Amino acid sequence: MTSFIIRRLLISVLLLFIISVISFFIITLTPGSPYPWGELNPKVSPEVKRVFREKFHLDRPLTEQYTLIMRDLFSGRLRSIKDERPVLEKIGERLPATLVLNLGALALSLSFGLMLGVYGARHAGRLPDVVTSVLAFTFIALPGFWISYLMAIVLVNWAAVPILGTHTIGVDFTNGLEVFLDGWWHIMLPASILAIGGIAVQSRFIRASMIDTLREDYIRTARAKGLDENAVFYRHALRNSIRPLLTGVGMLLPTLISGSVIIESIFAYPGMGRLGYEAVLERDYPTLVALNFVTAALVLGGNLLADLLYAVVDPRVRLE
Amino acid sequence: MIINTPEPLALVPASPAGRAWRRFRDNKIGMVALGVVLLLALIGVVFFTLNHLGIPFPADPDATNLERKLLAPNAVNWLGTDNLGRDVLSRLLNGAHISLTVGFIAVFVSLFIGVTVGAVAGYFGKWVDNIIMRIVDAIMCFPTFFLILTAVALLGPSIINIVVVIGLVSWTGTARLVRAEFLTLRETSYVQATRALGQQAPRIIFRHILPNAAAPILVTAVLGVPDAILAEAGLSFLGFGVQPPQATWGNIIADGKTYILDAWWLILFPGLAILIAALSFYLAGDALRQAVETRSARQ
Repeated sequence: MTSFIIRRLLISVLLLFIISVISFFIITLTPGSPYPWGELNPKVSPEVKRVFREKFHLDRPLTEQYTLIMRDLFSGRLRSIKDERPVLEKIGERLPATLVLNLGALALSLSFGLMLGVYGARHAGRLPDVVTSVLAFTFIALPGFWISYLMAIVLVNWAAVPILGTHTIGVDFTNGLEVFLDGWWHIMLPASILAIGGIAVQSRFIRASMIDTLREDYIRTARAKGLDENAVFYRHALRNSIRPLLTGVGMLLPTLISGSVIIESIFAYPGMGRLGYEAVLERDYPTLVALNFVTAALVLGGNLLADLLYAVVDPRVRLE
Repeated sequence: MIINTPEPLALVPASPAGRAWRRFRDNKIGMVALGVVLLLALIGVVFFTLNHLGIPFPADPDATNLERKLLAPNAVNWLGTDNLGRDVLSRLLNGAHISLTVGFIAVFVSLFIGVTVGAVAGYFGKWVDNIIMRIVDAIMCFPTFFLILTAVALLGPSIINIVVVIGLVSWTGTARLVRAEFLTLRETSYVQATRALGQQAPRIIFRHILPNAAAPILVTAVLGVPDAILAEAGLSFLGFGVQPPQATWGNIIADGKTYILDAWWLILFPGLAILIAALSFYLAGDALRQAVETRSARQ
């Protein structure tokens, strides 16, 4: 177990290195410049440009720029080109909001995906299964930004669900519980919309896994000894086919973070996705590199956690 | 005296493709989805041609008319008009070919890379496989949409850039699949035999192994099209898609969101178009998977 964790951590470090190289070169090799003024602006003196270039190491060769960026990132000195605040500080204040949003969406994806998938497998090949399958594909095909706006139209007109921000503006809750509930009330809609695709993908995996499990010999044995179908299905089969639930964690994370770029922009949600979108618009190289690095680290961490849970949940799996 | 004539052999097609088509034909949902896909392709071709010939049908998609702006669906403008008085239906019909082109070409790019990389990794195995698959793992950790957004924003939004960037970040799934197929197929006796006959690796890979992995590759290709369509719609929505005045389904919604509470038709209809296009590709792809998947009896 320990050797497994150590090896996985080493591989993760290697992956993070590859990821940082790829993201650095994608960002820097593309045309365009990060200057806050236009490239040819005559009002900016060469001296100002030189100082700016030096400050962000833009006068160095690319390989050296890369090592400098990584050095600064790890020592916490990396600063945003736009407002010259430390990048880690900027990400740090956005991280909790994104984590809450994505973990909420993940929980919704896993739980509703499980229900939908189990329901489909229970009625495999019959009408309810066909209906849930088509429903799942519809969920995957739904453009997140579109359903966000439709929900906004509906909710603004007919319900009082908040559609912007993370807390009610102009109300000071003194009670911790009220602050907490207010937060959840705000996060409900974006998290549900973010979870739609995940629910669908997860339900497909659970369904396939259940159908495979139902063909196993021990299921036949369970039926043969006269157990009723519900016991066979929910006690014997379900337990052995929840593995995709954990694989799903690793697979869903990048998708969810991708999705939160759009969802956070729409719902004025102060998370990392929106920070990234703003950084793209402003060509803020250091922030973009750091953001890619942090999200990749989160995804790798999530994957490792999922694999460890795998071994805890399923004694047949041995980590080596 | 009764002569028993043998069953005509033609009833069971001999080729695997023929048998797969028969199974596909029995899948009602798959056939409907395929019909919608073909209809969309027809719409794309017809309206692209009409627009280029300068025939405004049902109306010129780019003709503005400020006296008729933000009209709800009515007898003249079936799906209403936008903030510049342009006919939404015409713009939707003329946006179809953008979505489809992006979908198909992006998939072509990603297939090209994915199949090559996967084939090399799976065929040669050992350290080649190890290095390639670590890179694939690394790319899979990226939130892809964010990567696409970064690259397109920095390169500039043109249809070629969008297609290439979407293709460049979406090949990893195909590569994994092709690698897995190759790992099993290269151990089969017919591949061993061709190797014993002294054939070169490229020939074995492309002539002997690849055709046997064609079915699963085709399925991922079909399922990749809607992914690309949705990615393009998202980019268009954020303003990094194909640029105006060319109408795309995503940018009609992006333009319409300013009028969200007054003009629901600017949001509803383009989104439905995206949904229908993506859904029909997914359902057709899933039906295709069921038709070619003979190894497991999974439905």
